[in-house]
Amino acid sequence: MKLYCLSGHPTLPCNVLKFKSTTIMLDCGLDMTSTLNFLPLPLVQSPRLSNLPGWSLKDGNAFLDKELKECSGHVFVDSVPEFCLPETELIDLSTVDVILISNYHCMMALPYITEHTGFTGTVYATEPTVQIGRLLMEELVNFIERVPKAQLASLWKNKDIQRLLPSPLKDAVEVSTWRSCYSMQEVNSALSKIQLVGYSQKIELFGAVQVTPLSSGYALGSSNWIIQSHYEKVSYVSGSSLLTTHPQPMDQASLKNSDVLILTGLTQIPTANPDGMVGEFCSNLALTVRNGGNVLVPCYPSGVIYDLLECLYQYIDSAGLSSIPFYFISPVANSSLEFSQIFAEWLCHNKQTKVYLPEPPFPHAELIQTNKLKHYPSIHGDFSNDFRQPCVVFTGHPSLRFGDVVHFMELWGKSSLNTVIFTEPDFSYLEALAPYQPLAMKCIYCPIDTRLNFIQVSKLLKEVQPLHVVCPEQYTQPPPAQSHRMDLMIDCQPPAMSYRRAEVLALPFKRRYEKIEIMPELADSLVPMEIKPGISLATVSAVLHTKDNKHILQPPPRPTQPTGGKKRKRASDDIPDCKVLKPLLSGSIPVDQFVQTLEKHGFSDIKVEDTAKGHIVLLQEAETLIQIEEDSTHIICDNDEMLRILRVLRALLSIKFRCLHLK
Amino acid sequence: MDPGCSRLLPALCAALADPRQPVADDTCLEKLLDWLQTVTEAGSSLLLLQENPCLVELLFHVVKSQDLSSRILAFSLRLAGMFAAQETCFQYLQGDSSLFVASAAGQLLVHVLDLAMRGPAEGHCGPQAHAWPACAQEIVCHIEASLRSTATPQVAQALNVLTTAFGHYHGLWMQGLWVRLSPLVARLLERDPVPAAHSLVDLLLSVARSAGPSPDGGLWETLAQTLSRLSPTQAGPLALGILQLQGCPQALRTQAFGRLLQPLACVLKAAAQAPGPPGLPEGAAGDSVTVDTLLSSKSACVGLLCCALAHLELLQPLPQRPSPWPQAPLLGAAVTILRFCNGSASPTSDVGGRLCTILVGCARVQRAALDFLGVLSQETGPQEPVTQVFAILLEYLVSPDSSPMVLKKAFQATLRWLLRPPRAPGCCDLDPHPQLFLGELLPVLQKRLCSPCWEVRDSGLEFLTQVTRSWGGQAGFRHALLASEVPELTRQLLRDPESYVRASAVTATGQLSSQGLHAPPASPEHPGVQQSLLEELLHILSTDAEGFPRRAVMQVFTEWLRDGHADVAEDPEQFVARVLQAASRDLDWEVRAQGLELALVFLEQVLGQRGSRCAYAVALPEAAPPGTLAQALRALCRVQLFEFAFRALFDCDRPVAQKSCELLLFLRAKAAPYGSPQDAGGSPDVASVEATLQRWQAGEQGQPLGHLEPGAVMAVLKSLDLEGLRDTLAESSDHVEKSPQSLLQDMLASVGVLSENEADCY
Repeated sequence: MKLYCLSGHPTLPCNVLKFKSTTIMLDCGLDMTSTLNFLPLPLVQSPRLSNLPGWSLKDGNAFLDKELKECSGHVFVDSVPEFCLPETELIDLSTVDVILISNYHCMMALPYITEHTGFTGTVYATEPTVQIGRLLMEELVNFIERVPKAQLASLWKNKDIQRLLPSPLKDAVEVSTWRSCYSMQEVNSALSKIQLVGYSQKIELFGAVQVTPLSSGYALGSSNWIIQSHYEKVSYVSGSSLLTTHPQPMDQASLKNSDVLILTGLTQIPTANPDGMVGEFCSNLALTVRNGGNVLVPCYPSGVIYDLLECLYQYIDSAGLSSIPFYFISPVANSSLEFSQIFAEWLCHNKQTKVYLPEPPFPHAELIQTNKLKHYPSIHGDFSNDFRQPCVVFTGHPSLRFGDVVHFMELWGKSSLNTVIFTEPDFSYLEALAPYQPLAMKCIYCPIDTRLNFIQVSKLLKEVQPLHVVCPEQYTQPPPAQSHRMDLMIDCQPPAMSYRRAEVLALPFKRRYEKIEIMPELADSLVPMEIKPGISLATVSAVLHTKDNKHILQPPPRPTQPTGGKKRKRASDDIPDCKVLKPLLSGSIPVDQFVQTLEKHGFSDIKVEDTAKGHIVLLQEAETLIQIEEDSTHIICDNDEMLRILRVLRALLSIKFRCLHLK
Repeated sequence: MDPGCSRLLPALCAALADPRQPVADDTCLEKLLDWLQTVTEAGSSLLLLQENPCLVELLFHVVKSQDLSSRILAFSLRLAGMFAAQETCFQYLQGDSSLFVASAAGQLLVHVLDLAMRGPAEGHCGPQAHAWPACAQEIVCHIEASLRSTATPQVAQALNVLTTAFGHYHGLWMQGLWVRLSPLVARLLERDPVPAAHSLVDLLLSVARSAGPSPDGGLWETLAQTLSRLSPTQAGPLALGILQLQGCPQALRTQAFGRLLQPLACVLKAAAQAPGPPGLPEGAAGDSVTVDTLLSSKSACVGLLCCALAHLELLQPLPQRPSPWPQAPLLGAAVTILRFCNGSASPTSDVGGRLCTILVGCARVQRAALDFLGVLSQETGPQEPVTQVFAILLEYLVSPDSSPMVLKKAFQATLRWLLRPPRAPGCCDLDPHPQLFLGELLPVLQKRLCSPCWEVRDSGLEFLTQVTRSWGGQAGFRHALLASEVPELTRQLLRDPESYVRASAVTATGQLSSQGLHAPPASPEHPGVQQSLLEELLHILSTDAEGFPRRAVMQVFTEWLRDGHADVAEDPEQFVARVLQAASRDLDWEVRAQGLELALVFLEQVLGQRGSRCAYAVALPEAAPPGTLAQALRALCRVQLFEFAFRALFDCDRPVAQKSCELLLFLRAKAAPYGSPQDAGGSPDVASVEATLQRWQAGEQGQPLGHLEPGAVMAVLKSLDLEGLRDTLAESSDHVEKSPQSLLQDMLASVGVLSENEADCY
């Protein structure tokens, strides 16, 4: 069993598991932090961004000034933003049989895999994962495509040039594999390869293994996966949450008794408690708006935004913010708000019960109805007519490199009355803000990450007790900035096996059993004998038939009578060696009986010696020594009197049969 | 015994003697016994038995009956004992009402022992054990056997019996008892683990306390030995107890204090960046056992630290606390613990790393450490740790991870540190530390007032109120506060959805306004939009659905009136009239009572101060000159204070009526010179007022009193039996329910109910 680790990002995993005869890809997350090295794509012409000076080397050489621009001491690539793909060289991705998706954030690299690697398999995901994943991809494509950029910078990627660049460009990894965004056509094609599954549904893969998605409590439709055969169980935990937010709670019980538990997608901000952060978010929002400032919340169009809107729904009246407009701007804003209301079966119990009242499960419906929350596909069109300040704007992309958020950063960045509140934990907020410096607006970092923290993981592992834990290397040591925080790492016994990008792990676990079925007619012919109370034994002579990873013992074909005809002879050739089928022998040899039999067969002068492990029968006359041990019988004979040996063998065989039957 | 009870008693005795009528609740039997005892103490028991033969019959019946419940049996035995004690002067065991048999048995043993030791001829046994009576010998042997037992419960029982003995009796024989038993007690320390450690600590402290200033040396040795022998968790209470003892040898005190400090010493050592003495007294050095306990499990670590902090918190204000008090290292320890808890400590040692993992995010330890930190503010000490204290407090106040309860404690500790007495007496402005701290604190407070969690908003407002009360006059504070948005936010919280927050906001805005620190008026473009604070508070008083904000408004108004708040001083009469009108309609008695408090302040202002708050003696107050008095009374009539007070006099809630009674008595005394009853007594006005009051007293409060003239009011006041009313009201409201007659009726009724239920079953 091997694990090929194609991504080094612990929360955007992409691993391939070779298990029995199957090749299973676990998630295909897309690391978008690479886009932080690029200049933002402004939706409205930005004189500031277009007039940034080109960057030149220390010696004044300015051959890169078209590709690289300088802003407040940082250097950015002036090009279409590019993403860091999972490794494609470590394993031939056309051999991947299936891809299991655990949540909509972990499928963003799917078009790169399914459309460009020769992949011919099937992708499995739950319905909300697919639908919301589609929205995220659609938004991403839309953000990038609506601001066409003529230039695709590539000079800087040259290894010799890259090392001359300042950090962080100098240290960017795998830049040669960075790719620009996929097209909507590729998205559609990739999504067409997905087969929808429901929680606890058992999916057979080639008869070899069974995969099952389990609720992971993190997002709508998010799943952990069980991959099991009859005797082995691998659990794949990715992006799970034990907090009570909107999705169905996490199914922990089904993860018990795993041989291997692959653990990814823990919280990215283990020191921030989501409740405290929500409080912080609300307080800062209220303070800004009360002062007449605007609040910008860079966010994804689905996920935490539902919880934030719910929290604000309860908060705005108490904070005297009822008259403040909330805007949600995204090409998929409408679909996201509506989808959330229709996936009732994937929601937590509280929200499910609302559907029967009937009431919309999320209170943002009421915010929309009362005109407190308005949503628009973009800043162009209706929004510009309705726009009223001070206000709160939720919009993407959280990297601040593309999407409508770029416009608001340019618009509001100059005033200290305004505040940008970062709630998504995927990007370093300081790096995200770098191309907007100098910035007067207030910046608040309230990352809300509901995924498991280390205390919860430790409880989970104690509860489900896997034999082995496999996790990204980041989880096996405290974060570099807090090296003394030994509580911020996985603590389990035996210690977790860690992986990093482009590594292949041999999972510490040997397959020992395989299930084999016996055909009924063969089973009928068996005569089991009880060798110990409760344990019976029978010898079986059969043909092992293996097809589609299913093993069946069939009755041996009847020996055919040899005939003279050529044709008949050829036909009998097709049947493999069935004529010489002999019963297999097992059991122990009763020495006294054996000696008697040997004597009957004409051996005299037989000596028997007891040894620690059994007996030695010495046939002095025949210069033959027979060593009988519990699990072996050796006949040692110096001269090559075959006849005598055969006689010994015959004696042994006759005994064996009898003793088996006697037992 | 009053005749009513005498009539009920036979039926009750008959019911008690009847096994078919079980008593549901044996607490009433205890009460019955208590009452009968007071009756026997008040008069002759013999007479009581003669007058109530049913009691004797009950006892006879009990002796003969086979199927009585144990409750009745026990009751009867104790009743018999009680009578016997009275009549024959023989000390019968009083028995014990404890629900716990073991405890009762223990007490019984102690009483018997004491009885035996006192001897038949009123003489006392000496310390020589061989001279003790046989009964006492037997009991002591039993205790000895228990102390030798390997069963912990039995040891605990023996220790508890001894603790009771040393707690209650101080005879000479006690010393003898201790001499005889102390070796056995000391031997308990040789066992591992020490059995019944908790009870052992209680006993040793009890012995030490009973022994007075100079007990024999053996006790101190045992205490010292116990202190070092017990686990850190068990030793804490003993160490605290020893430090509270009088006349304890200094060496033992030093040892005890060291033991108490050990957990903190471990923390300090674990956090130290470089090796060096943590600055705590000798003996406090963290031993390996303490370290092991701290690291053994989260619950052990949390328990030990919380206990250590709580014990030191109790010790700090005591006069007999150790001196010198290690203020700086204790502050350091509290700060270090808080740093471990919020993950900001970066220890280099292994122990430190483990502690960090255990304590991070632990709210219980955070609360205990913040409480302790607050207590330490009462000490003066070096300057350097104070900077650290303010830094860690600010971290806690800022952190989004602080739970509401931790945040409340952080606010409380901050307040204590901010308000601690200035080092330089006579200094009129803030110390540099608080002043600097304030600059960072106000933005935090601002954010906390916007928290979605109401507990946080509430703690923030409480903090603001108290800090303003103390610092309202200091220029530095005024300047910083007015430059912030805090006053404006506070004003907005008057409309908070949570009633507790509204109440705190009322108190806070009231306080701010008193100090001239209220939110600046509305923007010049919309002058009329923002109503004055007075109007807003009046609005809350008359419309808020919850009691807490209305009570808070009344308190603020009372303070405003007392302090001559500018808005009130403009037209105090109108103010009082409006407030009283709103308060009189209030359904919450505390609001009405507070209304009377406000009325009293007004009275004092128009009539002059009362002599003392409690004295309402008619002769004491100075009489006001008649001219001024007439004016004053007319003012009181105009604000309808009398109508309010008279209504309150017949209020269904006793505290309101009592307060009103006091107010009217004060008023009558003050206004005595004003005319005489004859002047107005016969007027139709007075008659109609009296008629209305009678109706009010009967519960019909619908009719208003109408306009009153001072003369009529005074006449009515003089005609009312206010003193009589005051005496009636002074009796506790449950005096009716507590009467023995009521007890007997209740018991009979409950017996009746039970038998009825039984009948139903059949």
